[in-house]
Amino acid sequence: MKQAQLKQVVVAVLAAFAIATPAAAQIEVDITGGISSPMPIAIPTMPTPTAQTTAAGPTDALGRQVAEIVTNDLRNSGLFKPLGPNQLKPVGFDQVTAPDFPFWTQTGAQALIQGFVRANGDGTLTVGCYLYDVFAKTELTRQGFIVQPQYWRRAAHKCADSVYTRLTGEGPYFDTRVVYVSETGPKNRRIKRLAIMDQDGANHRFLTNGQNIVLTPRFSPNEQAIVYMSYAGNQPRIYTYDVGSGRQHMVVQGASTTFAPRFSPDGRWILFSMTVNGNTDIYRVSSTGGTPTRLTTSPGIDTGGSYSPDGSRIVFESDRSGGQQLYVMNADGSNQQRISFGGGRYATPVWSPKGDLIAFTKLGGGFQIGVMSPSGSNEKLLTNAWQDEGPTWSPNGRVLMFFRTGQGSGKADLWSVDLTGVNERRVPTPLDGSDPAWGPLLP
Amino acid sequence: MLKTTTKLIMAASLIAIAGCAKKAPEQLPPPPPTETAPPQATPAPVDTGNVGSTVVPGSREDFLQKVQSDRVHFALDSSDLDGESRAILDSQAQWLNQYGNVRITIEGHCDERGTREYNLALGERRANAAKNYLAAAGISASRINVISYGKERPEATGSDEASWAQNRRAVTVIIG
Repeated sequence: MKQAQLKQVVVAVLAAFAIATPAAAQIEVDITGGISSPMPIAIPTMPTPTAQTTAAGPTDALGRQVAEIVTNDLRNSGLFKPLGPNQLKPVGFDQVTAPDFPFWTQTGAQALIQGFVRANGDGTLTVGCYLYDVFAKTELTRQGFIVQPQYWRRAAHKCADSVYTRLTGEGPYFDTRVVYVSETGPKNRRIKRLAIMDQDGANHRFLTNGQNIVLTPRFSPNEQAIVYMSYAGNQPRIYTYDVGSGRQHMVVQGASTTFAPRFSPDGRWILFSMTVNGNTDIYRVSSTGGTPTRLTTSPGIDTGGSYSPDGSRIVFESDRSGGQQLYVMNADGSNQQRISFGGGRYATPVWSPKGDLIAFTKLGGGFQIGVMSPSGSNEKLLTNAWQDEGPTWSPNGRVLMFFRTGQGSGKADLWSVDLTGVNERRVPTPLDGSDPAWGPLLP
Repeated sequence: MLKTTTKLIMAASLIAIAGCAKKAPEQLPPPPPTETAPPQATPAPVDTGNVGSTVVPGSREDFLQKVQSDRVHFALDSSDLDGESRAILDSQAQWLNQYGNVRITIEGHCDERGTREYNLALGERRANAAKNYLAAAGISASRINVISYGKERPEATGSDEASWAQNRRAVTVIIG
């Protein structure tokens, strides 16, 4: 499957409207306050200039579905209190650029998203997306997205992203995908399959058939490849999976077990762990294969390597001091420094795409997801269940996805939590799920 | 002669009946010898594995019968072999020395209280601890394959101390 690039255009199809300068914005969302005061925002059904049938359905139905997706995205962020299309009367096409501000003021909404869905002569769809400040009665941003009909959901996510970014100042993350391990079957014989889906659970697709145990998939930076571990042939090794062709390729040949793979931010390298005579160390290999370079040499278990976003450093876990703790080293393996010193053990470190934090699994009585700065300071635990494991960052560095395993049952499912630790949500999957990896923002 | 025999059989029958009334005989009398084999009325006995002669020497079944156990267990987050484990591995080494062509895979497993990737490494450590012990006992390392399943294949499915103890294991599997 080739990833289609969305065409983003300035919406010029409607009468030009005075564009507010960003400096004049009077509303903004406080992202540090958590859910204490999520912003009320109205998202009515997006009208269509003329109802037409498309490969994705009739344009008037799409207008409602797009508004629902935007509503769902913004609600899940925890920063907004949306009034969605199910609670609002439809607006006319002529109102899209001329909102009925007195009415919207009455609803209590501080912000308003209006838009439209139009079928174009060449078979594409245009989704227009306008954000208004209800009290100031001004337009804050407008975006238009031209998409092939099958990618209509992406246009909705792009609309939500533009609103989220404009109101929070944070980077976008809704137009993204997740690769994870779909699980089913009894606890002692779990059947595991690689699966890929949109971050909201839509467009779900299995990539492997469950014949072999598969673990820990992670995207390449351009999302065209996934690196993961498979027990194919009873030889646990890391493989790359080409998303376009479905072709799989063993990354490192040889007699040793390889696991815990992760791409470098530029996609040129794969960081992984290899066990030789029972001793596990971290290695790096070109993403096209070749001879690995050894980066750690301790007699302990060194694993779970993750690059800093600039590729200059690596965070990893090691039990060289007795129990699992987090360490940071230079990309060439030099200057290894322990950064975690709290009680308990620390595992599965992942460097934030923003560079400011490292997410981890903390092992005490159970497993909790937490974050700390790369120096090890400012530790904060975000979840509190029996077993929460394996965090992965949204591309804007504000949300973590992880998997939660049930005590006794061994059943796992996917959850997300934002950095406030308050907005915790179940991520819908058709079966059980584990080992999520959040992909980068789609182009 | 014939008469006497008949009388003896009848007498025996009476005694048997009388005996039944008191207590079952400890042992049934052997069937009378016959010159022609009777038709096979009952199917051949199923091999229940308790008759030594039906197990092929050097086979997986033979291994399971002869060694103390096919697996050793570990303490939490440990790959140390205790006395009991060493005795079990000694019995495995003895058998493996007897059948020098047999190859084995040692599977390393962990309980669910470790993170996934760490447990893959810990399972390797456990399997290698068993492998190194067998190698020191004279088994060529080239006969021993190791594989770690981390926490992917628990034996006991509970989330309790007993289950966890059962799951922290290195299992020796005969592969021929």
